[in-house]
Amino acid sequence: MANKAAESISREEFFYGHKACAGCGGSLAVRAALKVLGPRAVSVLPAGCMSAVGFNFPQLCFSNNSIISTFAGTASMLTGVEAGLRARGIKDFTAVGFAGDGGTADIGIQALSGAIDRNDNIIYICYDNEAYMNTGIQKSGLTPFGAKTTTTPAGRNIHGNIRPKKNMFEIAAAHDIPYAATASVGYIYDFIQKIQKASQIQGTKYIHVIAPCPTGWGVAPDETVEIAKEVVDCGLWYLAEYENGEFRLNHKPKEFTSVEDYLKKQGRFRHLTDEDIQIISASRDKKWEYINKNFEL
Amino acid sequence: MRPYIREKKSFTFDEVPENTSFEAGYLTTVNSGWRSIRPVINSAKCVGCEQCYLYCPDGVIAIKEGKAVIDYDFCKGCGICAKICRIKAIGMEAERK
Amino acid sequence: MKKFLSGNEAFAEGIRLARPQVISAYPITPQTIVVERLSEMVEDGSLEAEYVHVESEHSALSCAIGASAAGARAFTATSSQGLLYMAECLYYAAGGRFPIVMMNADRSTALPWNIYGDQRDSLSQLDSGWIQAYAENAQEALDLALMSYRIAENKAVSTPFMANLDGFVLTHTYETVDIPDREKADRFLPPYETDNRIDFDAPKNMAFSAGPDTNYIFKYKEHKGVLAAREVIAETEKAFAEIFGRKYTGLTENYLTDDAEYIIVTLGSIAGLCRETADKLRKNGIKAGVVRIRYMRPFPGEEISDALRNAKAYAVLEKDISFGNEGTVFTNVNSALKKADVSVRGYNFIGGLGGRNISAGDIEKIYTDIANGTESVNFIGIGGGANGK
Repeated sequence: MANKAAESISREEFFYGHKACAGCGGSLAVRAALKVLGPRAVSVLPAGCMSAVGFNFPQLCFSNNSIISTFAGTASMLTGVEAGLRARGIKDFTAVGFAGDGGTADIGIQALSGAIDRNDNIIYICYDNEAYMNTGIQKSGLTPFGAKTTTTPAGRNIHGNIRPKKNMFEIAAAHDIPYAATASVGYIYDFIQKIQKASQIQGTKYIHVIAPCPTGWGVAPDETVEIAKEVVDCGLWYLAEYENGEFRLNHKPKEFTSVEDYLKKQGRFRHLTDEDIQIISASRDKKWEYINKNFEL
Repeated sequence: MRPYIREKKSFTFDEVPENTSFEAGYLTTVNSGWRSIRPVINSAKCVGCEQCYLYCPDGVIAIKEGKAVIDYDFCKGCGICAKICRIKAIGMEAERK
Repeated sequence: MKKFLSGNEAFAEGIRLARPQVISAYPITPQTIVVERLSEMVEDGSLEAEYVHVESEHSALSCAIGASAAGARAFTATSSQGLLYMAECLYYAAGGRFPIVMMNADRSTALPWNIYGDQRDSLSQLDSGWIQAYAENAQEALDLALMSYRIAENKAVSTPFMANLDGFVLTHTYETVDIPDREKADRFLPPYETDNRIDFDAPKNMAFSAGPDTNYIFKYKEHKGVLAAREVIAETEKAFAEIFGRKYTGLTENYLTDDAEYIIVTLGSIAGLCRETADKLRKNGIKAGVVRIRYMRPFPGEEISDALRNAKAYAVLEKDISFGNEGTVFTNVNSALKKADVSVRGYNFIGGLGGRNISAGDIEKIYTDIANGTESVNFIGIGGGANGK
């Protein structure tokens, strides 16, 4: 029985034997992306979950050339690797970065902006698990409104994080980047296709993939894929691309599933009041009004 | 091509590299001890659709002769495969130690 | 070929001869002329390199590390706040044993803001694992640029190299400089070869973590790498003299120290004035000498001890202060003397902070002060009641 997604990627495993938590969405994103890019991919990973679980000498879990960067330096090291290999006359390789939400939207945003500005020929993948998971679930710039983290406690006065997620996809697009996309590990074939597409485009490519962390989100390890699908189905995340100056929506749910169901399933949102959920639903509707107006389908 | 377990697991002073670069995909430990439950494939039911292979975060599922098989050395027992399987060909069973 | 060049321009000429493959740099006064000249060289084709316009110093060095990990020869340059901003990457480059070369235009650090030269920026990074050289003049700056890669890339060393030029006093002062012949430079410095790099035939996992058992060993080997530079610097200077005819004297340069009773130990561009003053004092019968430290890492402890062994007193003159203690160079020198069992009266003279002038008179007074005895730590001409002798 042929599976077209499985047929379209390498049978080899490039990220194997790592010590990520069971059901880790980030490791699924890294694994899938490397199976698209193959053995000529050079991966750069900043200090963070994926480097912590994959690079402990002598347990080294990447079968392709891979290197850890400084936390802030994913994009700048990618630039250096790409320039260095090119300067040595090496061709047919892909410099790909995998940084988390904090490494991308907070500490690494300056270097990322610089790389996009220079239009360096790299793929930058943000695996977004919506908090600093490696250090124990602290709030990042991509933690959503209402989420409880260890630095945004849910108390009587404040109900978790008071700010919405930064819109990294549109921030990348605002640089007039050759290619940017959003994805979710719940829609793996869409993600795979976007990596394939990115690998064919010259210049900087940014892919933002939602990658749930069962530990930080408060869901069972077997729910990672389901919850990553549900966040798209309920409209709190969307699958889109930016290319040639245009935004395109890849997937329009006919009808949104319940935001409340999505939130209440997760430990980090369990404290939310009806009013909080109302705020979240309203901001979703506002976002979709914007998407329907400005994104092609 | 995939990282695999090597014989040599500890390094003396002279064997520690001079710099921080080393052979890619060099594994010294397995992950099987992490499991409290294990996925078991019902080969009679499995149609080899490869959904479990695609969604496994650890890449431990392969399709051999049209059926899913699991590398229990590295499976952590997360259960994503059992949940993703549309025809319920994967069951989760308690790990007996 | 002789040219009239500033220290920055001379250094850029040396880098052109060294053929770096990737240059990543961010502008900061007084380093800017180096990166401007290099960009012109890339533009006119006289230097074949990827020139990356990074958006910060952190990215400048992070990019250079990536390039070095790709097996390319990499160069960057910075100064002061920029050096401090990239500090994380300094340790990273050294720990990964990436032989990057960086020019640092020595400049004061804020606050208060100040763009002029002192050495507090680079001396604050002595522990980062880099080789640290201090040039005195434009010719030495150029020659260091060329020698730096040969030293850093030596297998036993594999350590990044920071070449320090005093801000403005050296970076912006013009001198006649001899630019070596390109063919000879290529003979002196072969292309970079390493196994500490990305390799598609035998893939690598790089810049990894190491737990307590092996981390210690990696750090020990890093230390040995810096120490190995002692011999490699000597070999490199010997080869340099054979090919280009200019001789250098290793980690230190001694002036009239053989019979000197009073010696100033210093570093950088101020050494010239110290030598002139020593000459003047000798005419008056005072046996004055100068030790110029050329390399702070690896530290020339033995060389300094040998030079000071028979003196009556010495001064360490430095553009630096480790607040709450004394000048860092003084601390390093004293530790070396103690290990070598050399017992000579020593005094610390702090001066030139934020670019304040150190005059010939100031230096003459240092010699008389140490002959007569003075405070342990002295701030040259500071004024006020406390320590303003």
